Order: sequence, then structure tokens, then C-alpha cells
Amino acid sequence: MPGPEPVTGQQLAAKVRSRAIPLLHDRDSKWADGTFRIVMLGCGIAVLALVGLIIYELITKGSLAWHAFGWKFFVGRDWDPVNDQFGALPFVFGTIVSSILALIIAIPLAVGVAVFITEISPPWLKGALAFTTELLAAIPSVIYGLWAIFIMVPLLRQYVQPWLAKTLGWTGLFEGPPYGIGMLAAGIILAIMIVPIISSITREVMTAVPQHQREAVLALGATRWEMIRMGVLRNARAGILGGIILGLGRALGETMAVTMVIGNRAEIARSLFAPGYTMASVIANEFSEATGNLYLSSLVEIGLALFLVTIVVNILAQFLVWTVTRGTPARAHG
Amino acid sequence: MASANSLSRPTDAAPQISLGRRLTDGLITLSTAGAVLLVLLPLGAIFAYLVYKGIGSLNWAFLTRTPKPVGEIGGGMANAIGGSVLILLIGSIVGVPVGIGAGIYLAEYGRNRFGDLIRFTADVLNGVPSIVIGIVAYGIVVLRQRHFSALAGGVALAIMMIPTITRATEEMLLLVPTAVREAAYGLGVARWRTTLSITLRTATSGVITGVMLAFARVAGETAPLLFTAFGNQYWNWNVNQPTAALPLQIFTYAISPFDEWHRQAWAGALILIILIVAAVSAVRYVAGRGMLKGAN
Repeated sequence: MPGPEPVTGQQLAAKVRSRAIPLLHDRDSKWADGTFRIVMLGCGIAVLALVGLIIYELITKGSLAWHAFGWKFFVGRDWDPVNDQFGALPFVFGTIVSSILALIIAIPLAVGVAVFITEISPPWLKGALAFTTELLAAIPSVIYGLWAIFIMVPLLRQYVQPWLAKTLGWTGLFEGPPYGIGMLAAGIILAIMIVPIISSITREVMTAVPQHQREAVLALGATRWEMIRMGVLRNARAGILGGIILGLGRALGETMAVTMVIGNRAEIARSLFAPGYTMASVIANEFSEATGNLYLSSLVEIGLALFLVTIVVNILAQFLVWTVTRGTPARAHG
Repeated sequence: MASANSLSRPTDAAPQISLGRRLTDGLITLSTAGAVLLVLLPLGAIFAYLVYKGIGSLNWAFLTRTPKPVGEIGGGMANAIGGSVLILLIGSIVGVPVGIGAGIYLAEYGRNRFGDLIRFTADVLNGVPSIVIGIVAYGIVVLRQRHFSALAGGVALAIMMIPTITRATEEMLLLVPTAVREAAYGLGVARWRTTLSITLRTATSGVITGVMLAFARVAGETAPLLFTAFGNQYWNWNVNQPTAALPLQIFTYAISPFDEWHRQAWAGALILIILIVAAVSAVRYVAGRGMLKGAN
């Protein structure tokens, strides 16, 4: 802003009149204020209405399948559009197994990355590392899928799966022909995709732990790891759990990358090498080709189940993160 | 007393940490560094392959031609790039004003229970899987129109953009000092005018950041377009017709059995990631110049 210029009284009055008077007129337009408020309120209500609309659409369009099968829909193993028999168990199974597999792989990596960035890394490296891991979150799902099909799956087929079969084949989890595509591939690509979420939330809650907690543990003669374990991770654990659950929510609803590598076969197999199918993938693959109302309705009901589960998971996660970041860190018990 | 001794000779404290504890500490440090490397590995591999496989297939025809029939070499994704622009444009026209409006409501009028409800609902909406959004857009647009359309795809993307923009706008508006608003009120400026010309204006770069992030997030979305925009092998600028989109085309080509299409999928993915990284970098540039240019 330029400094005030010396002006004579008359000039100043003219300036004030020309600049301020149009604005001052606004005071009279009470209705304008009211209208503006109502329009903005309308936008806010639109957010509520959207969620309402989602629930309404899913329930009305899925009711046909609900009336036809009831709870049995989620325990039935047959998915046979030709005979109008729909059971969603293979998809529920595939979604749960691939997500849990992803969590098993992602949790240690994500927490490790968060610990390294917040507590260990030299300051000049922090920003770059944080940015790079968050870049992983910006890559579209379809590009993960493309990379997984052409690069990761062949590597799995040639090296990883034969090795797993040889060393851990006795568990029954790693047997059968190594196709490359299948539950294992889906779990790995999901893990890569949820690491950034878990690690960024973990970083957030670790940063929220007060500095004096660290200093107190260090003053007792702890090593750096003991300080991290007792001073930081223990205080932040509820938030870290929240981050993990948020990652789970993402993994449950993830569609494209999984659809491209899981094999898309509605079977329940013990081996992770076997192809599977998830709730999101079956919608992606069959929705636009679904003929018949019951078929379409069954797919919408799977969507409804997916919606409800991810909502519950996300709310739980946000609550857990909030308990840590609201200002007072969760107390350490035991 | 022992404590008196160690106080007088502080150097003795160091050897008290046993070898086992120091070893654990070192191992943990190493393994967290290893975790970082393991996470960066796929990131590096993805970008390396995108560039390596993509550059080779990228040519003028790819950017200017429509797809050739199966089995013929050549052709491109020009219609898919155009279709993505069309769908994103529709999504932004619908989503950005509503998102910013809801953000304004939350920041300026929403410090109450009802505001909390909207805030919570926006977070819920943010977590809804994109494929479910696709089902809803199918229900409210495609079923009414009786055919797939760019409009349906745009609506799906708009629904996904709104919560992100809402929360970002709210956050940015709250950063504007109350004194700035009070100064305007003091001059007799109406509240609506203060919000639009003073508060929102001050937070402009922050709000733009939020909008760009939402944009970057939906630009690569495929799942909600599968049964809304549907895809198209030809040019289409009619919002009521099925339209190709870059992510959709990448998906279709990637799962096809043809080498030529695989090649083009990589080129499309390279274009897509360049667009997204450009958007995110622009955000960082804008954000780096300071969220609140006019605040001081």
C-alpha cells in the first residue's frame, strides 16, 4: 500500500464520497445480506442433501435384491446372473482378504516412514521425503493398475511366487499355479496405495505429541528408539490406529487397480495365488452390462454395503485421530 | 550416594546404555530408513516406467487422432483428452461454486451445531468410494436421460470435488484475521460484500489451492466414469452423449490383449500424470507465494 498523500480537505471528501459511498449504500440492502446467507446455506445444505441422495438412491435401487434374498445375500456363494441367483460372499471375502493383506504389508512400512521422517531424518531431507511420499497419493488408481499389470505382475510370477511357494508353501496360503494376477497382487498394489495415507496421518499425530514428552524420556537415559517407543508412539497410538483404519477405508473402496490385477473370478480360495473378486470390482465390471432388474439391484446392494462399511470405518478413524490431535494427547496407560 | 557420583562425573552415564539397547536402536534406525527406501522404490519404478514406456509411444498422431479399429497400428487419444476436458469442465462448473459456497457458509455462519453437522457430512462424503458415486450418478442422470453422457460423468466428478473444496475453502477463510472483516464492517460495508470482496478475496490463493487439489484428485478418476461417461471411440462435444475420457481409455487399453493398445495406454498414462503433476506443482507454487497475499 502506498503511504497516504497529503490532500486538502475538499479533495479528501471527494475521494471518500467516490470510494466509500457505493459501499455504504450496502447497509440499506438488508435483503441482500439475507439472500446471500440463504444462498450460502443452500450450498451447505447441498452437501447434506448429497449424502442423503446417495443413501436414498442406494436403498431404493437395491431394495429388489434385499427383498429377494435378505441377509442371505451376503452369505450366498453363488453368483449366477443367468439363473438370477445372487450371493455376494465371494466379493465380501475378496474385499476383506485383499484389504487385510494390504494392511499387513503397509502398516510397518508406513509407520517406519513416518518415524523416519519425523524423528530420525536430518532436517534438510524431511520436506523432500514428505513431498515424495505424498506424491504417491496423487497417482491415479488406473496408473497403479497399468503399472501393476505390466511390471509388477510379471515380477511376481517369475520370482516372488515361486520363492514363496517353495519356502511357505506348507501353510497352504501360497500354493497353486503362479499366475501373477490374483489376491496377492491385489494386496501388494493396495499396500503401495495406502502407505501415503497411513504415513501422513501417523506423521500428523506424532507431530502433535508435545516436545516435552520426548525430552522427559530422553532425560531418563533412553536411547532414541526407546524415546520414540515410549514418548511418541505410545502417546500417538490412538491416532496411528486412526490412520490405519483410514487406510483400511481406502483399501475397501479402491476399485480400478484391484480390478486390473485380482483376476476377477467369484471364487473363495485359500491360496493367495488364486484369482479373486472384490465388491468394488464386481460393480466396475458388471454394472454397465447388467441385464435384468434383479442383477442390477444386486450390484447396487453390494454398493450400499460398501458405502455403509466405509462410512463406519471412516467415522471411527476420524474419531481416533481427533482424540490425539485435539490438543491433549491421549494419556499413556500401563 | 550413586546419584551424587554420577552428577560429578557425567561422562560415566554413556557406557551405562547396554550393547543390546544400542543395537536395537541402530537396527530400528536402519529398518525405518529401509522402509523409506521400500516405499520410494515403487514410486521411482512407476515414474521411470511411465517415462520409459510412454515417451516412445508419444507422438503427434497420439495427440491429434482418434483411436483406430482393433489391429491397425496408429491412431491416438485426442478424443479422450478432449472428453476429459469436457467432463472436468462440467464437474468444475457444478462442483466449484457449491463447494466454495458451502465453505463460505461454514466459515462465516457455521460456528454452531448445524455447521458441525455439515462439516461432518462433508468428511463422510469425502470417504465414499468413487465407484459408489458412480452408481448414484447413474441413478440420477443416466436413468433419467436413458443413455450414458458426459453430463453424468461431470456430475459424478462434481460430487467428488465438493467436499474437498468445501473443507479447503473453510480452512482458508478462517485464516483471514477477524480484524480484516471488522475493518470492512467499520466502514459500513454489508456482510455479504465483506465476505465476497474482502474475506474471500484475501484468501483467493488458498481457495484456488483447494480447488486445484480437488481437480487433481478427480482428474485421474476412472471408476465413477465407467457407467456414466462410458467412453467413446469418436470425438464428442455433446454433453448428452457418451464421451471418452483419458483414464477410461487407459483402463480399456490396459486390459485389452493388443500390444499396440498397451503401448498407447502407457502414452496416455504419461499424459495424465503430467497433467496431474503440473496441477499439483502449480498448487505448491501458488501456496509457496503465501496463502494470504493481502492479509497484511
